[in-house]
Amino acid sequence: MDTKVLRQINTIQAVNMALIDAMRGNSDVIVLGEDVADPEGGGIAGVTRGLSTRFGDSRVRSTPISEQAIIGAAIGAAMAGLRPVAEIMVMDFTAVTMDMIVNHAAKLRFMSGGQTKLPLTIRTAAGAGRGQGGQHSDYYEAWFAHVPGLKVIAPSSPADAYGLLLSCIDDDDPCIFIENMATYSLQGNAPERGVSIPLGKANCLREGTDVTVIGYSRVIHEIMTAANQLSSEGISIEVIDIRTIVPLDIETILLSVAKTGRAVIVHEAMRNCGVGAEIAAQIHDHLFETLKAPVKRVTSAPCPVPFAKVLETAFLPSIEIIETTIRELLKPR
Amino acid sequence: MKRDGVMPKIPATDTLLKIYKSMMLIRLTDERICQSIKDGEMAVNYYSARGQEAIPASISALLNPDDYICTIYRGMHDMLAKGLPLKLFWAELAGKMTGVCKGKGGPMHMTHIDSGVMLTTGIVGASLPIANGLALAAQVRGENKVAVAYFGDGASNIGAFHEALNMGAVWKLPVVYVCQNNGYAEHTAYAKGTSVANIAQRAAAYNIPGITVDGNDPLAIFDVAQDALARARAGLGPTLIEAKTFRFCGHKLGDNDHYMPSGQKAYAMLKDPIPLYRSWLTVAKHATQDELAAIDNKIKIQIDEARDFALQSPDPHLDELFKDVYAVAI
Repeated sequence: MDTKVLRQINTIQAVNMALIDAMRGNSDVIVLGEDVADPEGGGIAGVTRGLSTRFGDSRVRSTPISEQAIIGAAIGAAMAGLRPVAEIMVMDFTAVTMDMIVNHAAKLRFMSGGQTKLPLTIRTAAGAGRGQGGQHSDYYEAWFAHVPGLKVIAPSSPADAYGLLLSCIDDDDPCIFIENMATYSLQGNAPERGVSIPLGKANCLREGTDVTVIGYSRVIHEIMTAANQLSSEGISIEVIDIRTIVPLDIETILLSVAKTGRAVIVHEAMRNCGVGAEIAAQIHDHLFETLKAPVKRVTSAPCPVPFAKVLETAFLPSIEIIETTIRELLKPR
Repeated sequence: MKRDGVMPKIPATDTLLKIYKSMMLIRLTDERICQSIKDGEMAVNYYSARGQEAIPASISALLNPDDYICTIYRGMHDMLAKGLPLKLFWAELAGKMTGVCKGKGGPMHMTHIDSGVMLTTGIVGASLPIANGLALAAQVRGENKVAVAYFGDGASNIGAFHEALNMGAVWKLPVVYVCQNNGYAEHTAYAKGTSVANIAQRAAAYNIPGITVDGNDPLAIFDVAQDALARARAGLGPTLIEAKTFRFCGHKLGDNDHYMPSGQKAYAMLKDPIPLYRSWLTVAKHATQDELAAIDNKIKIQIDEARDFALQSPDPHLDELFKDVYAVAI
């Protein structure tokens, strides 16, 4: 697709553009995953559409439904010097290939004393809100963030998806790149072609003085809506999109919370042992004396993702809950 | 398909002696490691490959230095046969800074990229999907390289084996899957955990050649591997080789064989590949007893040097905890 002249694009187009640009610039970049080639539709959401036609079916391969074999092949190819981008269709399916990701991709550089290089990107789609129930909707970023050797990336906008994916493909470590399925079609500003966004740099989306709200991936949209609405109540909110969970830009978070004295962390994954717990702990470690209130978390409910629309909606962290949490935080103590 | 009873083509004498040297390097290293552990020189969980030497020694005689192997925790024979330097091997075993992985991998996780030892995994079955990837890279780039995946009989019962064989077959990858069937998956006898008489039968399910070979017979292994490697290099896809053998030191060193029928191991050791091959080399006049003894003595000296090097080497620096986790520390 010709996206050169588009000012607004969606994440499907942005990821597609990043893959095209990476593959055009480097013949070592290959793409493999279920249904990714054009005869199979170029991915279930069309993210890889056009790639096999343009770059050939040696470099763009639809695979059997064999997640262990997909990631194993990507690991071996990366060890031999290629830069594979493997797609695991839905994040829940990463559970099927956890051994390859956790015991191999993450550990081989260290266990080989630095000999093994793994320039490997695993793209996967996550998120509830589409009525897919408990096995096609999950966010497992905390699992991967817990494993040394992996990088974990979760963009919230098309432009970030483009720039961060370029960085992942160019990175010499295995990167887990998480796309949100529910916002795949949401339009955003088009990125500048060829310009990557470094991993580990948070993005301050809105400046404020009363509360810092920290998030990543889809919930950034809910956070921004809440922040805009609360500004009419005279509440000034700073919004930080961390963009990458590993490496984590803790400096940007701490600078902001040092200023506001209050922090709320929002993510779609459930609360217990989630990314919010880690960020909260780091804030408490560094800013205990300056905090005006305990750090709060807004997450989904502690249950598998439910099917019924009414349950699924209630499961997700809503704009209302984000607003209520912020108001509670600002009440005189 | 089986090759029992078929007289294979006999390679040239220098190749035969190369195989012999490799087998003896493995056997004598294994014996010295066991002695070192008993003497308290090293504390290491050790999975001896004694009895399985002929398999990688014969296959490696056919591999180029830039061909790849992936092996498993019981894989010292595979890595030494492929050319992993002995001193680096010993120092890694001892957990020293001078080890091939700076003491950070240990015996179950050795890698030596320069000799094509790309992976040693402690996870059963994981060598196959990763070998596929190495072969995939060679295929995409049009390189004349092959990948060999070594694994045990137990690994043919894990999902990764089946996924890898199917993908390798569909993509006609330049890979050879080598199952070293030593009769036991940890402590469970082969037939108690495996539905087929020969693992090579499983190749039929993936439409690739599957061949069972006597894993104690270097000539037969060489013959079968030659065909499989030629097939891989010609773009015709993978082969599953099942080399039947026996492990002489149990699952883990110190294993008391309580799970084996009485006499089974002693019977298997009658077919110890080392004395049989030695004897054949002299009977067939490829070498004299004295020539073979000279080879053995030279290897023993190399092993003593490697052991001394390992024991005298420094421990890893503690800052190694923070190195090599990422390309650039985060």
